[in-house]
Amino acid sequence: MENVKVTIDNQTVEVPKGTTIYKAAKQIGIDIPVLCYMELEDIGIENKPGGCRVCSVEVEGRHNLAPACATEVFDGMAVKTHTMRVINARRTIVEFLLSDHPKDCLTCKKSGNCELQDLAIKLGIREIPGQEYAEMSTYKTDYSPSIVRELDKCIMCRRCESMCNDFQTVGALNAINRGFDAAVAPAFEMDLQYSPCTYCGQCVAVCPTGALTEVDHSRDLIDAISDPNTTVVAQTAPAVRAALGEEFGMEPGTLVTGKMVSALRELGFDYVFDTDFAADLTIMEEGHELLDRLNRHLQGDSDVKLPMLTSCCPAWVRFIEHHFPDMKDIPSSARSPQQMFGSIAKTYFADQIETPREKMVVVSVMPCLAKKYESQREEFAEDGNPDVDFSVTTRELAHLIKEANLDLKNLSDDDFDRPMGESTGAGVIFGTTGGVIEAATRTAYELQTGQQLNDQIVFEQLRGFEGIRKANVDFNGTPINIGIAHGLGNARKLLEQIKRGESDFHAIEIMACPGGCIGGGGQPLHHNDTKILKARQQAIYQEDQNKPIRKSHENPQIQKLYKDFLGEPLGQKAHELLHTKYFDLSRKIEIS
Amino acid sequence: MHLLVCGGTGCRASASDSIAESLKEQLHHHNMDHEVQVILTGCFGFCEKGPIVKVLPDNTFYTEVKPEDASDIVAEHLVKGRQVERLLYKAPSGEQVTDSRHMDFYKKQIRIALRNCGFIDPENIDEYIARDGYLALGTVLNEMTPQQVIDQVKESGLRGRGGGGFPAGKKWEFAYKNESDQKYVVCNADEGDPGAFMDRSILEGDPHAVLEAMAICGYATGADQGLIYIRAEYPLAIKRLKIAIEQAREYGLLGQQIFDSHFNFDIQLRYGAGAFVCGEETALIHSMEGERGEPTFKPPYPAQSGYLEKPTNVNNVETYANVPVIINKGPGWFSKIGTQKATGTKVFALAGKVNNVGLIEVPMGTTLREVIFEIGGGIKGGKKFKAVQTGGPSGGCLTEEHLDTPIDFDNLLAVGSMMGSGGMIVMDEDDCMVSVAKFFLEFTVEESCGKCAPCRVGNKRMHELLERITQGKAEKKDLQRLKNMCHVIADTSLCGLGQTAPSPVLSTMENFWDEYVAHVEDQRCPAGSCKELMRYEIIPENCVGCTACARKCPVGAITGERKQVHEIDQDKCIKCGACLDACKFDAVTIK
Amino acid sequence: MSSIKVKIKQQDLNKIREICQAHGNEPGELINVLQQTQEHFGYLPAEIQEAVANELGLPVAKVYGVVTFYSFFTMIPQGRYPISICTGTACYVRGADNVLQEFKRQLGIAVGETSEDGKFSLNCLRCVGACGLAPVVLVGDKTYGRVSPDGVKDIIAEYQDKE
Repeated sequence: MENVKVTIDNQTVEVPKGTTIYKAAKQIGIDIPVLCYMELEDIGIENKPGGCRVCSVEVEGRHNLAPACATEVFDGMAVKTHTMRVINARRTIVEFLLSDHPKDCLTCKKSGNCELQDLAIKLGIREIPGQEYAEMSTYKTDYSPSIVRELDKCIMCRRCESMCNDFQTVGALNAINRGFDAAVAPAFEMDLQYSPCTYCGQCVAVCPTGALTEVDHSRDLIDAISDPNTTVVAQTAPAVRAALGEEFGMEPGTLVTGKMVSALRELGFDYVFDTDFAADLTIMEEGHELLDRLNRHLQGDSDVKLPMLTSCCPAWVRFIEHHFPDMKDIPSSARSPQQMFGSIAKTYFADQIETPREKMVVVSVMPCLAKKYESQREEFAEDGNPDVDFSVTTRELAHLIKEANLDLKNLSDDDFDRPMGESTGAGVIFGTTGGVIEAATRTAYELQTGQQLNDQIVFEQLRGFEGIRKANVDFNGTPINIGIAHGLGNARKLLEQIKRGESDFHAIEIMACPGGCIGGGGQPLHHNDTKILKARQQAIYQEDQNKPIRKSHENPQIQKLYKDFLGEPLGQKAHELLHTKYFDLSRKIEIS
Repeated sequence: MHLLVCGGTGCRASASDSIAESLKEQLHHHNMDHEVQVILTGCFGFCEKGPIVKVLPDNTFYTEVKPEDASDIVAEHLVKGRQVERLLYKAPSGEQVTDSRHMDFYKKQIRIALRNCGFIDPENIDEYIARDGYLALGTVLNEMTPQQVIDQVKESGLRGRGGGGFPAGKKWEFAYKNESDQKYVVCNADEGDPGAFMDRSILEGDPHAVLEAMAICGYATGADQGLIYIRAEYPLAIKRLKIAIEQAREYGLLGQQIFDSHFNFDIQLRYGAGAFVCGEETALIHSMEGERGEPTFKPPYPAQSGYLEKPTNVNNVETYANVPVIINKGPGWFSKIGTQKATGTKVFALAGKVNNVGLIEVPMGTTLREVIFEIGGGIKGGKKFKAVQTGGPSGGCLTEEHLDTPIDFDNLLAVGSMMGSGGMIVMDEDDCMVSVAKFFLEFTVEESCGKCAPCRVGNKRMHELLERITQGKAEKKDLQRLKNMCHVIADTSLCGLGQTAPSPVLSTMENFWDEYVAHVEDQRCPAGSCKELMRYEIIPENCVGCTACARKCPVGAITGERKQVHEIDQDKCIKCGACLDACKFDAVTIK
Repeated sequence: MSSIKVKIKQQDLNKIREICQAHGNEPGELINVLQQTQEHFGYLPAEIQEAVANELGLPVAKVYGVVTFYSFFTMIPQGRYPISICTGTACYVRGADNVLQEFKRQLGIAVGETSEDGKFSLNCLRCVGACGLAPVVLVGDKTYGRVSPDGVKDIIAEYQDKE
């Protein structure tokens, strides 16, 4: 690769040809402010519309300012990033953006975590000239089950559009209108719930302002805890413990499992359980289902559907329901861990504590926005009483902990309650891409071959961060082909392969978010630094390694659950409580 | 003998096709069908006095012809050999001009791009061929290498006529040098400049010139597919292009193995759906791909990665129209016309407050004064010249002091305007320069794609501020702010639309600063055109109570008994000026 | 839970299919398809856009994004006598704005709207290339040149009694 020399603010740096001014400057510690620009390095997404122009810099010999994010350097280029011309332009542009932006920062959900606000602070903007007669864009606010869209706050950075279309290939969001009226919205500006949105929340995860945020359930949670007649049960997803610490200034990748448990107790939850327990339960059902399909296939049953796809990710489930309805019989019928937890909590555990389900509130703490929607799906309720009452995100929990004035860093490391707090390393790794299928492989292998895995419990070939991964696991002479995809765009590629009959996979794990749940839409914002996701992934694997038991079928509380209550995996009761079916949610053109 | 009837849009709007029909009927009536041919041509350019009928070979030029004049033209001129005097063009001096070549309007013009407009039937390929049509394509295919073609275009000095003025030959060379299995040649016919209709007239009057040039460009760059991106609002141009493409295919001038060479080339039409920004080449390409017409950052340039990510050469209609002539007459002939840095001619749509509104083609280097006062015949109604706007929404307003500037790309830029695609609007003393700036800004705000913040929000804010100024609600310090906004928007916008959007504001501030100050400090519009700043009042001493004004007032704002002094209710008045026009006693005044 | 249903008439769907097929059901032909579709239906209501999206295999959000970008496309049915006022520069300096205001006042509709009886719709366009006749007004295909605010009444009257 050819290198070129470029001088930025009188410092010379040598970079490969094709490097942008922004990146070259970064190499020598010059941080040029950007707003619309977003590079998610590890997942190959770059949003570079050159739209906000906040990164404008002066290039010697050029008649106008150059956007640093999009302009490639050339040999001998001389760049100035803080001349008065640049500063004035940057300031004027931010004033322009603010002139069409609500000024409700004090009460905005993104306050303190907003890139536009940060910029306004950094530039010391104190007034918006002409604001009194400046027309502002107004749109109605859209409340879907998971996501709130307040387009008044949209600055047209197009990041959400990139995530929704390029990364997820969902196509719910697109730029609409033009000029001053331009915004990013679903077709006909209808609400998200009438669009093919999967509620994956990746748009929310990258939105620099308060235009896209989660539906906030923290008030509901406070109400439930405040009610003395209600038993409030918490379940916490595996990925939450690997990220929550970031909200409290800890290094990405810091595990805060015990501190999180004690914080939840301090907040007043009656029981603090672990979704990992339900993940183990999921493996029991899904693992047996996989073996059942596999064995029937090996015996020559041509009706059996293979590959079997995982079904823990509600955004992924909604994706197949919307975009591939004719393939809705391929995913495992096993419910997600969140929902398995809910149905066991409100039956098995409710019996144990002799509390009717109406008096219980099951709250999930999730890295995810689609989980909010999933908990509201009609099929996951009994007589209108949902198995999971509502779901809060890692971010909402962090806010509550801060609101309660709890110092997470210095809380004691507590243990989950029993019985539903007992879990294995297999349950933990559900939080990362490849984890579900690794957990399933650990159990399926032992059940199928009758042999103990012992030292080979880690399946390295299933781990990693590439969008699509393939592995072949030898089940004692039977080669099993496993596929893994994270990101719905990658999932789409595998689905299309299956559709064309070109797939030789037996099982495929799919997660909607980059890196799996660790990169979920409800996690602390990564602000475009995907190294954070990798650190979280390492934390998850660390937690697995720390666990004394690392295979789901060896979880003693799971074994007890089957013995005392459920009977056999895939049995009658398990079918009723732990399995589900899928619907065709696609748009249908019908003749009137 | 030929009777040429102008079939351009302006003349057609005044029923020129019925004129042609009537002429044919009259000829039939006089049994002259076989001797005299009636041809509906492209635009003659002299739109002011349309519809035009021209008699060849004697160049008699009839103006403002009506269908009922057909009998006189045939019976008098053709049968008896006497010109119909009442239809002859009268120069402002009052003198009747019998030969169009002697008209001031045409005297200074050199027609290269418009060479066939008004001379041939654009729906008949034989007429194009008869005037050396497709000769250049034959020469190129039989005698030249692609590099030689590029060299000739480079040598001619031809620069893009669409606005930027980028050397065409250089552009072709980029596309030629980028190797690819597939390349494209695109003709930008998405003329969207308000007040410009050059491209439309060429396509309507001489579609084959563009087809031939695109094929030449295809040969030179290595493309076998041409695409014309044309405004859907140009139905006549579309129709004629379709006919021309069909005819060229029939004649083997498009399609496989053209002129028995190994060169294949065909052309398709793509329709623009009303977005000015699609004149920008990357936006145009996205639009042709079925996307929103948003520009993208360059590089990559279309010559590297254009339509469907293949190397693509984009030129506009007028640029292409010059190419066959350059090949036929040689680059040396072409480069002798015009100035050293800007060779050849430029077509302008001359409009506004001039006597001779129309389409003109002049050598580069002609002065604004020659265009406005000689070709254009001066200012309408004997009013005073105030400004001329060139370059449309990207250009600026020039004044008296710029009138002797020779027109070319660089000179116009140097004085704060630009060539643009060729709109030239003349303004007189009644035009308020702040309002003119506001008019162009309104256009930009409407046409901004919304992708980049300075153009999306900044231009909106500028427009709002200009609105305040024209309402007398702005303060002096706002003018400074306006200037700053202009500089930042020009400095930071993503594409040419945004970068040049402030030009009308900047140039009017530069040249008519006092006018801005008058609006702001005295709440006064010196041109008397800003409605919010004026009051219509009745001068009691002059009012005779004739009721004419009250009857004309569309909103019933004027009251008064017959033979009594009338009064205007200022709350109701919409300042339309009808009363002023109606009053014969100078009793209505503007304050 | 069930799918989202979009209702459309059989003959309309057939027409859309015919247009899409004529363009090879190519997503890249979206704008040409929309042009022809609008030419046939007069406007592009939601269900038509849904059907086009479905035929071309595009997200409907994208189709809507394109429809709302280009001024030529409309989701509002046009009046039987669509009135377009040229607001190009030449017409502007010769008083097009006053003519426009007069049309707005007399018809009681804003630019981009259609009168309640469905008779007239009002639009602006930029330069029809008849600058010699400025200011220019078009009603359907018919061109009116050198229109003054005074003349607006007569133009409307010409169509008022027509069906």
